[in-house]
Amino acid sequence: MKFASGKLYLLIAAVISFAISCWVPMDQYVREIILTIGINIILAVSLNLVNGYTGQFSLGHAGFMAIGAYFSAAITTFWAPQWLGASVDLSSGLAATLVFFGALLAGALLAAVAGLVIGIPSLRLRGDYLAIATLGFGEIIRVIIQNTDAIGGSRGFTVSNGYTNFFWTYLFAAITIYVVVNLVNSAYGRGFLAVRDDEVAAEAIGVNTTKYKVIAFVLAAFFAGIAGGLYSHFKQYLHPDGFSFLKSIEVVVMVILGGMGSTGGVIAAAVFLSLLPEALRFIPQKYEEWFGIPLPHLIDEILKNRMLIYSLLLIILMLTRPQGIFGGLRRPAFLTSKKTSAPNAIPS
Amino acid sequence: MQFGGLTALSDLSLQIGPNDLVGLIGPNGAGKTTVFNIITGIYEPTSGSINLAGESIIGRKASGIAARGIARTFQNIRLFSSLTVYDNVRAAFTMRLKHGIAHALWRGRPFKKEEAQINQQVFDILQIFHLENLRKTPCKGLSYGDQRRLEIVRALATQPKLLLLDEPAAGMNPREKEQLMELIQFVKEKFQIAVLLVEHDMKVVMGICGRVAVLDYGVKIAEGTPAEVQKNPKVVEAYLGEEPPKV
Amino acid sequence: MNQFIQQLINGLSLGSIYALIALGYTMVYGVLRFINFAHGDVFMVGAYVGFYAGRWMNDRFHAGPSIPLAVAVLAISMIVCAILGIVIERLAYAPLRNQPRLTVLITAIGVSLFLEYGGQQLFGAGPDNFPQLLPNYAVLNTAAFTITTNQLIVLSVTVALLIALTFVVLKTKIGTAMRALSFNPTAASLMGINNNVVISFTFGLGSALAAAAGILWAVNYPSINPLMGLLPGVKAFVAAVLGGIGNIPGAALGGLILGVTETLVVGYSDKLHIPPSYRDAVAFVVLIVILLFKPSGLLGKSGSEKV
Repeated sequence: MKFASGKLYLLIAAVISFAISCWVPMDQYVREIILTIGINIILAVSLNLVNGYTGQFSLGHAGFMAIGAYFSAAITTFWAPQWLGASVDLSSGLAATLVFFGALLAGALLAAVAGLVIGIPSLRLRGDYLAIATLGFGEIIRVIIQNTDAIGGSRGFTVSNGYTNFFWTYLFAAITIYVVVNLVNSAYGRGFLAVRDDEVAAEAIGVNTTKYKVIAFVLAAFFAGIAGGLYSHFKQYLHPDGFSFLKSIEVVVMVILGGMGSTGGVIAAAVFLSLLPEALRFIPQKYEEWFGIPLPHLIDEILKNRMLIYSLLLIILMLTRPQGIFGGLRRPAFLTSKKTSAPNAIPS
Repeated sequence: MQFGGLTALSDLSLQIGPNDLVGLIGPNGAGKTTVFNIITGIYEPTSGSINLAGESIIGRKASGIAARGIARTFQNIRLFSSLTVYDNVRAAFTMRLKHGIAHALWRGRPFKKEEAQINQQVFDILQIFHLENLRKTPCKGLSYGDQRRLEIVRALATQPKLLLLDEPAAGMNPREKEQLMELIQFVKEKFQIAVLLVEHDMKVVMGICGRVAVLDYGVKIAEGTPAEVQKNPKVVEAYLGEEPPKV
Repeated sequence: MNQFIQQLINGLSLGSIYALIALGYTMVYGVLRFINFAHGDVFMVGAYVGFYAGRWMNDRFHAGPSIPLAVAVLAISMIVCAILGIVIERLAYAPLRNQPRLTVLITAIGVSLFLEYGGQQLFGAGPDNFPQLLPNYAVLNTAAFTITTNQLIVLSVTVALLIALTFVVLKTKIGTAMRALSFNPTAASLMGINNNVVISFTFGLGSALAAAAGILWAVNYPSINPLMGLLPGVKAFVAAVLGGIGNIPGAALGGLILGVTETLVVGYSDKLHIPPSYRDAVAFVVLIVILLFKPSGLLGKSGSEKV
């Protein structure tokens, strides 16, 4: 996609989301959904960099989210109050903002480091093996958290401050999108796609495939960490079970549904899948309104079983349109980059 | 070069000068592609040495060897199937980028300048090979001959000193082979590089190569000008059962 | 030393179950080069089929724990799951045979989730109490260790199934066809082998073994639930990779090693300073170590991509 000046769009997005955050009143229920969408966008777009653009099948994204979530929560709930003392008000105001921002970044950086540590050995593996290795690492992270009493372990961790709001969520969503899209749509970024399409050929033209894979992996882990930090200060309760392999699968479904390698598609899929549970909840209600009789209990139960719907969605999608909804579609003309046009000064 | 218990190459010594066009021939299974794979770093030779401009390149990653100036094409065309013609060639410029991630994100003037420069270079090289009008086409949409040409163009875009061509004439009709022969000679002259060609089609090999080496069961059995090699009894014997190589 | 022998016995018992599940993974991988993510859930279905079959038989025939009951439950479960495996293969995997491997991997994840959450729908979230199939008592009780009949049953059934499997794979026509397919599917079909039939058979066989594992598991740990296949499934997969994925003796070996390792780590947790709640992490650590140092596994051979 061509940005006249991508940075300008980013600034506009930041300003608008700030404005909305301050002045647009939001019903609690609506706010919950909108924030969830934003967090899912960050998760999906970042994972798409690895799974979609670089073609590496990672099943451990939830692990990085967990690291970001727990570490940032530990900072805001335990350490910041300790370091800054009781006199500093951390529930709102400048101090709170700084602490939150710092905690988010710290969580994301730790997640990125984990991405580096996990990525370097794992990314030597291909296909299914990589998937299993990342799954394994994700689960190891979860088990470690479960066994660490200091952050609640299996009892859960209650986060003291719900800092997350529309501004922060959508600011970072915009940043994530900006980073991924601008990275991939540069000469440098063609390297990722080359790695995806044919690693042997990529190496043969000088693309260091390991470097590219690790970079994608670490960047994705960073943003997953951001998403985790936003999540922990939104729901304000963390439990290791929420960051299991199933969570990773949820994000993977978004990436696949959206068409791996299409940021726009992935965003749409994230929105769709965030709204899906709510929609499913509506159906029995609407059905009763329209037809006068309640839905058969079994169907009602099935609709409530979100993972069951997901699984059917996955199977049907793979059997009918494995490239996802947006994968493989041509970009609309107005979005085609001007860079591929003939340059103005053509020497003979 | 040994793979487990199988010795693919046991006795091969080859010198290629800066602007040579050398052909490597031999019956199927003689080890020709293995030679390519060793030179480009896909396999590490179990014994022996490989030097580029006096420096050993054994043990280097394939991308590192490409960066040092050895490019290749593949027996089964390996283009980047989801990319356009333009992007396939542009990908070859990534290794020489001066501006990496940070610049791609900030998009300041140095970045834009380099992108424009690369844009120009890609366009230029496509133009040389008359592919510039197809640059926005997904490479899957090209004819077989054009795909082969694109693979060569992509390899050349890495600005190599040595170009390895792995059976480029495979699947071509006689007219296409003529064009290929012209293309290879053009490439050698215009870009002033060395070319090592693996080919089964004797007409192509004998027609353009200055020197030919013959490999059989991993051993070099002959080397010389095309005329010398054709007459070599060992070569004829290696191709026993087939017509002796003739132009 | 006392504890060691007991732990060893427990570990072998656990490992046998892992081995049975691992065999299914490895056979399917050998024939299709594909990791059947849903395999662990077939194990769960096996346990539930046994649950319902056992209950029905107790109600109908007042069987009570006895050999006929045990044999019947095992047989029914293995047959039903064999059919289930074949149906899954035909419906969800066969249509994708020419797609990139990633597609069918994702489908397998979908099938796995479908079995788990569909199971929750159908069987309820559990836990359910598996009926006792055979009386359980200590067969050998010494100061150093105890062996129960349950453990003997697990070991003997596993050995019997392994012998049967080895016979099938080495001595029957279809077993040979399986091996041929695992080397070269194109050549196999050119030799007159009906690949589809062999693949279905492989799935059926692997699923039957998983069902047996499910029954044996439920015999030892009678509390079952629809998500019970998750952990044993992943661990059995690790076992298959440990032994060399695609290698049948390797899967058995891997299962036993993993079972023993896991039990020993938990048994000696205080000496090792690893809390026993890390038991599940053992398999993952083993997995990572294997993938990093010898991805082809203990008995596997490393292949390289032809360029």
